[in-house]
Amino acid sequence: MAKIKFTLNHKKLEVEVDPSRRLLDFIREDMHLSGTKEGCGEGSCGACVVLMDGYSVNSCLIPMANVEGHEIITIDEFKNTKEFEVLYAAFSEEGGSQCGFCTPGMIIASQSLLSHNPHPSEEEIRAGLAGNLCRCTGYQAIIQAVKLASEIGGNLWDKK
Amino acid sequence: MLPFKSKYPTSTPKVDQGIKVRGEAKYTDDIVMPGMLFAKTVRSSIAHGEILSIQKPKLPEGYYWVDHKDIKGENVVNIIFSDWPVFAEKKVNFIGEPIALIVGPNKGELDRLVNEVKIEYKEETPVFDFTESYIHKAFTKGDIASAKKKAVKVIEEEFSTGYQEQAYLEPQGLLVYYDEEHRVTCVGSVQCPWYVHRAVVRACAIPTEKVRVIQPAVGGAFGGKEHYPSLLAAQLATAMLKINKPIKMCFERPEDITFTTKRHPSKSKYIAYVDKDNNILGMDVQVKLNGGAYKGCSGVVLSRALIACVNVYNIPALNVAGDVYMTNTVPTAAFRGFGSPQTIFASEMFIHHVAKDLGVDPLELRMKYLVKEGDITTNSGKFHDPIILPALIEKAMEMSDYKRKIKEYSKPGCNKGIGMSFFLHGCGFTGSGESDIIKGKVKLIKDEKDIVHVYASSVDMGQGNKTTLKRIVAKNLDIPNEQVVFDNPDTSIIPDSGPTAASRTIIIVGFLMEKAAKNLKKIWKSGVRQEHIEPYVGPSYIKWDEETMQGDAYPSYAWGVNVVEVEFDPITYQIETKGVWSTYDVGRVVDERIAVGQADGGIVQGLGYGYMETMRCEKGRFRQRSLSDYIVPTAEDIPHMETAFIDNPFIYGADGAKGMGELTLVGGAPAIALAIENAIGKKVNDIPCNPEYIMELMKNGKN
Repeated sequence: MAKIKFTLNHKKLEVEVDPSRRLLDFIREDMHLSGTKEGCGEGSCGACVVLMDGYSVNSCLIPMANVEGHEIITIDEFKNTKEFEVLYAAFSEEGGSQCGFCTPGMIIASQSLLSHNPHPSEEEIRAGLAGNLCRCTGYQAIIQAVKLASEIGGNLWDKK
Repeated sequence: MLPFKSKYPTSTPKVDQGIKVRGEAKYTDDIVMPGMLFAKTVRSSIAHGEILSIQKPKLPEGYYWVDHKDIKGENVVNIIFSDWPVFAEKKVNFIGEPIALIVGPNKGELDRLVNEVKIEYKEETPVFDFTESYIHKAFTKGDIASAKKKAVKVIEEEFSTGYQEQAYLEPQGLLVYYDEEHRVTCVGSVQCPWYVHRAVVRACAIPTEKVRVIQPAVGGAFGGKEHYPSLLAAQLATAMLKINKPIKMCFERPEDITFTTKRHPSKSKYIAYVDKDNNILGMDVQVKLNGGAYKGCSGVVLSRALIACVNVYNIPALNVAGDVYMTNTVPTAAFRGFGSPQTIFASEMFIHHVAKDLGVDPLELRMKYLVKEGDITTNSGKFHDPIILPALIEKAMEMSDYKRKIKEYSKPGCNKGIGMSFFLHGCGFTGSGESDIIKGKVKLIKDEKDIVHVYASSVDMGQGNKTTLKRIVAKNLDIPNEQVVFDNPDTSIIPDSGPTAASRTIIIVGFLMEKAAKNLKKIWKSGVRQEHIEPYVGPSYIKWDEETMQGDAYPSYAWGVNVVEVEFDPITYQIETKGVWSTYDVGRVVDERIAVGQADGGIVQGLGYGYMETMRCEKGRFRQRSLSDYIVPTAEDIPHMETAFIDNPFIYGADGAKGMGELTLVGGAPAIALAIENAIGKKVNDIPCNPEYIMELMKNGKN
């Protein structure tokens, strides 16, 4: 066991935890936050993506030891933001969520993409979401939703 | 509201977007119950043999062993053909066959205990090739003997298709507990709540009213959750009856990929009999499917494969035969398309190859044999409804600039290719099965506040039927959508409207909803609780003989055209998809946003099947165990796609709608295989058409 200090969804935490415990299990089982999903357990599908210091990471690949000093945001907190509202409107318009299992990960990955590239081209969106698998939509509705979000979001994602 | 104009002005907002996008939808693994235990499966490590002894590990307190001795009812999974045991008793027939469950509170400890189980086997010689047929079907059309006699040319080719894994994003999972009325209650990622219900009743020998199945959010299914959850439910219910505590089992991805059912690999042989004027007089078609260790639903998969074996072409004489072969491998079962992707691939390639061999234009030859309204079907039934395939083809060619491109890309060395597939899909169950076997019902209850509650067993696993079925009810009652409630199915209150399968939800259940709503409207009394049950009555002109496979195979057909453009890298043999255009006749579209979503998702799964998704089974063991080695298309593999629908309303469908879920998958593989063939100048006979196969074709392939 080790003492790990980090920020989860804007709350400062100091937890006694097995340092090899997966961040995903800590989020889902210890914190009871079920918005982050497990699809493959090896970083291939992106269903477990969370923001770590603003970048999307696969929480199934991150041992708790590696979150020391970092800021983690999951969908359960991100859903309260203005950026989420815009992404939500765009996903609803395009039908970007079918079975929904990849969706929280897609939303987080879209946020990571748009916060580093507020007005991406279609090619850049495809590259930005290539780590997130979806088996229902053929990706088109999701790609278009991110494009639409970047348009209707105005300067929301532009560097302040 | 945000400032933008919707491009789907006639569509209904999808009812589940809010909870799904916010991550609030509860899937099976998100449900936690007090005192809940977990389960892990002890599996066979050999492909075929007898269990001589099992050395169980010493189980810590609170851990349990559950096997066939605990089964109170029959040790079979209730599937169409019930030959799959819930737990193996003496014999094991494939690597991964379940032998027992270990149940307990800690998942890590369960992994350790399962690894400590020692099983001694007497190994027997396993079967891996197509030698032991356990299902055979055959039929003929027209006078095949005279076609053979008159033929001056005989063209023969063989085709093969590989495994395909559903790769739904949410792995299989199920939770079983006693509800407040002491019913054995299953909550799980399932497509067909009543299938699961019947499987538990049969394996546990408990009365039907003592079993309850509730559907939570389902993270994709594609056929993979049609029958397989019945196995999990029978196992977990058996365990729960013994242990008396809630038990959950959710598979991790490697377990899901390696041990759950997938699409049947196939081998087929096509022979065309051609006269001196290049008329196809008849065809011989032989189809072989690998069914794995147990039959399950493979007989029905074979039926669909054979019925679709010459696709959209009216071939005057046919001799069709097919077999499902027993092998000591993981059983194969339902996957979107259900047998037809295999034969539609083969028949589309074959007719192109026949045209090439005869030196005629493939498009001209295909157009000559295209089926028309009133034509005799492959099974000697009749195409009763208008067929607008020529309009679909015309539109797809125009959207994709097909005619110019096929000419240009056929020049050697340009490394570009374009392919166009035509296809059909029979909607609903085979023949008159909907009226005679399934006998689906739906129920509408209007409460005192005039809120209408929809009761049906159709599961929304992403295809959007919570939105579409609700919309059909609201529209036909002439009330706002908000006045209609459609919760997830719960077998304690819903009637059996049949499984969520066979592209039947809109054409059958939607049609029932439309009729139910119209009938409720007739008796509507505001402020009073009213109930209406609607049973299915199908078209009476549909006649089918399952034994001889003669008659009308389906109540109706949906139609489609896919055009795919690729670029080929002659150094790496990689294929890049450059364009995808599709046209469909699904009767009438119920909701455009949802229909486009089905079209986009279906074709990408079909393209994956055609050129990317590779799964090899060696000596009964899959070489692919994860989403890192079983590769499905990512956002970067797919270009922007264009889809158009042409209306052709069906009289027995909801507002004219036919089925579309499976239709959108079946044309993907032949379209991309034809595009690759065009790009590399070699005949493609096998899928997946991956770089390894292309390399082989470039060396030894036929022009």
